[in-house]
Amino acid sequence: MRRRDFLQGAATGALTFFFATPVGSAPIVPTRPGTYSEDFNAYLKISADGRVGCFVGKTELGQGATTVLAMLVAEELELDPAQVDMVLGDTDLCPWDMPTGGSLTMWHTAPVLRGAAAEARAVLLRMASKALGAPVSGLTLKDGAIWVKENPARRTTFGELVKGRKLERHLGKVKPKPLSECTVIGRSFPRKDALAKITGAAKYAGDLRMPGTLHACILRPPSQGLTLASADTAGAERVPGVRIVRDGALLAVLHPQPDTARKALALVKGTFEGTEPDVDDVRIYQYLVDKAAPGQRVVISRGDVAAGEKRAATVVEGEYRNAYESHATLEPHTSVAKWEEGRMTVWASTQSPFVFRDAVAEALKLGQDKVRIIAQFVGGGFGGKLVGPGAIEAARIARQVPGVPIQVAWNREEDLFLDGYRPAAVVKLRSGLDAGRGAITFWDSTVAGVSQGEAELSYEMQANRYQAPAVPGLHPLKVGAWRAPNAHTNAFARESQLDALAAKAGVDPVTLRRRLITDARLLRLLDLAVETFDWDPAPGPTGRGIGLACGAWRQGLVVAVAQVAVDRTTGQVKTERFLEAVDVGLVVNPDGARQQVEGAITQGIGQALSEEIHFKGGRILDKNFDTYLLPRFSAIPRIQVVFADNATMVTQGIGEPPVVPVAAALANAVFDATGARVTHVPFTPKRILEALKLVPSK
Amino acid sequence: MTATVSFILNGKPVTVASPADRMLVWVLRDELGLTGTKVGCEAGLCGACTVLVDFETALSCSTTLGDVAGKSVLTIEGLAHDGKLDPVQAAFQEHHAFQCGYCTSGMIMAAWAFLKKKPKATRSEIVEAMEGNLCRCGAHVRILDAVESAGKAVGGVR
Repeated sequence: MRRRDFLQGAATGALTFFFATPVGSAPIVPTRPGTYSEDFNAYLKISADGRVGCFVGKTELGQGATTVLAMLVAEELELDPAQVDMVLGDTDLCPWDMPTGGSLTMWHTAPVLRGAAAEARAVLLRMASKALGAPVSGLTLKDGAIWVKENPARRTTFGELVKGRKLERHLGKVKPKPLSECTVIGRSFPRKDALAKITGAAKYAGDLRMPGTLHACILRPPSQGLTLASADTAGAERVPGVRIVRDGALLAVLHPQPDTARKALALVKGTFEGTEPDVDDVRIYQYLVDKAAPGQRVVISRGDVAAGEKRAATVVEGEYRNAYESHATLEPHTSVAKWEEGRMTVWASTQSPFVFRDAVAEALKLGQDKVRIIAQFVGGGFGGKLVGPGAIEAARIARQVPGVPIQVAWNREEDLFLDGYRPAAVVKLRSGLDAGRGAITFWDSTVAGVSQGEAELSYEMQANRYQAPAVPGLHPLKVGAWRAPNAHTNAFARESQLDALAAKAGVDPVTLRRRLITDARLLRLLDLAVETFDWDPAPGPTGRGIGLACGAWRQGLVVAVAQVAVDRTTGQVKTERFLEAVDVGLVVNPDGARQQVEGAITQGIGQALSEEIHFKGGRILDKNFDTYLLPRFSAIPRIQVVFADNATMVTQGIGEPPVVPVAAALANAVFDATGARVTHVPFTPKRILEALKLVPSK
Repeated sequence: MTATVSFILNGKPVTVASPADRMLVWVLRDELGLTGTKVGCEAGLCGACTVLVDFETALSCSTTLGDVAGKSVLTIEGLAHDGKLDPVQAAFQEHHAFQCGYCTSGMIMAAWAFLKKKPKATRSEIVEAMEGNLCRCGAHVRILDAVESAGKAVGGVR
C-alpha cells in the first residue's frame, strides 16, 4: 500500500478497493450459473480515468484473494496490483463464480481471470496500434499507458482508448504471458486489505449502520432437533421500541439497539416441540458406528484384501476418532437484509455470494434476479460461511418489514449452536506389512462419519479397501465443510497407522514412507521436509518427540514435521516446532501462501489438541470460548514453511492442503516422545494421560 | 434510565445520553459510529473489543458507559494521525500481522498498551501480554513479530 492511498483507502473500508468511479453505475452482469463468463468485460472494467476495476464473485475471508487476484490482472496489464480496484462478492456486479472454498480461487478462477486480462491486454494493444499508427509489436505497455517504443512521446492511455465504454472487440482465447516474462507472479506484494484492517475502517456486515436499521435477535430452541411451538412475547413487547416478527417457527425481537434487542429477547418465553437426539459427546462414536453399519458399502477397492492379509507378517489394527469441531470464526455469522421495490438485498458475511443468493431466493420464493448479495469483509470462514442460514433469517424478517434494514448478528452462543460442524468420525483400520522390505500387503478402512475424500495418497498398497456408509442423516448434529473436509480425518488415520506399522516393524517413519511413495513430487517433498527440519530419523519412540505426516488436497501436497514436549503429569502437549514443506505448483504470491500455511498449522494445532464440541442430546454445552478452546499465543510453536520449487505446475490453491496432515504429525510426535499412541482428536490432556497408561513399561 | 455521560474519546470530549450500565462496545459502535472495535464473545474471552481506558487495556464488552465517565477512551480509530499510522499499526501492516482482520483492532490496542509500558519486552513477555486476544486465522507468529518490531523501532510508543 502506498502512503498516498492512505486517506482514500481508510475512508472506503468496504470490499471496494479504491475504486475511483461509483461502481453502482456498472451494468448488472447477466448471471450464468455454472459457467464462467467468457466475456472479459464481466471481470474487467476500465474507467474513464484509466483505473482498472476487477470484478470477481469470490470474497475476502482473510485468505488474501483480493491481493492475489489483483496480481493476476496486474501481471497481464503491466500494472502494480495497487492500481487494480477489486470488487468482490457482489452478485449484481460480479460474474457468477463458485463459492470461496475448497482452494478453488487459484485453481478455478485464477486461470479464467488471467485469461480475461490477457485478452483485454491484446484488445487494448490493438486499439493503441490503430490510435498511434504503429504495429502492436512496436508498442510498450506500462502503468496504464501504451507508447511507441521508438518514440515514447507517441503515447496513449487506457482511459483515452476506452473512454469509459465497454470493450466490444473480442479475440477469443489469448494466451497469458509466459512465466519467463512475468514480473508480478512469484513476488510477494503488500496486502490490499491491510490499511482498512489496521485502521478499523474495514466494514464487516455487522459494521454497516444504515439509517433506520433494526437489530433482530431470534428465539432459539434449547436443543438441536427442536422447533418453536408457541411463544409469550408480552414481556418483550413492553420494552419501548421493540417489535416482534414471526414467520413460522422463526420469531425475532427487533430493536434499533442490538443490545436492547438481545435483552428483550430474554423476556420471551417459548415452548418447543420435536425430538432431540439421544446421544452425547461420549456415546457419539458407537452411535455413528452402529448407525452406519447397515449402510456400509465399498467405495474404494483395489486388489484382494483377504489375500493381502494372508501375506502380512505384521498386522496392525487401529481405531481413530475425531470429535465435532466448530469453525468458530471470530466474526459470528452476520447479515443485513433489506426488502425494497420488490427486491431483496443482503449484505452478508459469506463465502458463497451466489449460493446465498439462490438460497435466499428459494426461501422467499423469489426469482434469483430479485435477490442481490453484497459480500462484506468476512471475519473468517473456513467452510462455515459456505452456507447462510443467518442470511435467510435476515431476509425472512426483512420481507415483513419493507424498507427497513434488518441486521441479524448471531452472538457467540448462537454461532456455536448453529454452526455446521466438522463431522465427528470413526475410522477403523486394519493393515499389514510383509516380512521383507516392508511392503503394505493390505489396507482396510471401515469408516463412519466422513467419506473417502483424500483417503488415498501415492503409497504403494497391494490391496486397499475403504468402506463408508450411505446413510442419510447419519449425524445427529448439523455438519458441514470444515477446511479440507474429510481429508484431515482420513490423513489422521492413515498417517497414524503408517507410523504404528513403522514402529512395529522397527523401521523409522521416513524410511517406511520412502519405500512406499510412488509419486516423485511427494518423495522430493519428503526429502525437502526432512532436510529442512535437519532431522535424522530413527525408529520410534526415540524420546525426541518428532513426528511426520503427509497429506494432500487434490494435487496439492504437504509434508509436515512436528516436534512436541509432553508433560507426563498433566498430559499437556506443547508444540515446540512445526514445519511444513508444501507443493502447490506455481506460487503466485509467496507471502500470501505462507500466511495460509501458518494459519493452517495453527488451526491444525487447535484441531489436534483442544477443539471439541461438547453436547448432551441436542444441547450444545459449549457457549463460548471458555470451554470451546481455540489455540492462544502460548500454544504457537516456531513455524517453518518451505515451498517446493515447482513453478511449471499449474497453481493448485493453498487454503486446504496445509491443514490436512497437522493432527497426524502431532500424534506421531506424541508417540515419538512417549510411546503413547493417541487416536482420538482432539488429544486433550485427559486423553493423553489415558494413552500414557496404555504404554507398556520397559 | 438514560444518563448523560461525558468522556474523552480519541482525544476529543464527547457526551453520550444512554443508560450508564450499557456496555461501552455498544455505545462506541451504535451511538458513536466507531465500528473498528469488534464484538467477538461479549464475555471478556476473546479480546476483539479491546480499547484503552486511561491508556490501560479494557474489554469494552465488559466495561460500562458509566465506568468511563470522565476518563479517556482510545479506540483503533484514534491511533493514526494526519494520515500517518501509529508505529504499532505500521508494524502490523509491514508484517501482514492479520488475515481476516476481525481480531486486529483488539490486537493492536492490546499491543499498544503493553508496549507503552514495556517497549523492550522479551518474546515470552509479549506472548503473555497477548494471551487474552484470540486470532482464529492463525496470524499469531506475525502478530508477535509485529509487536516485537514495533517495540524495537520506537523504543516505546508515544
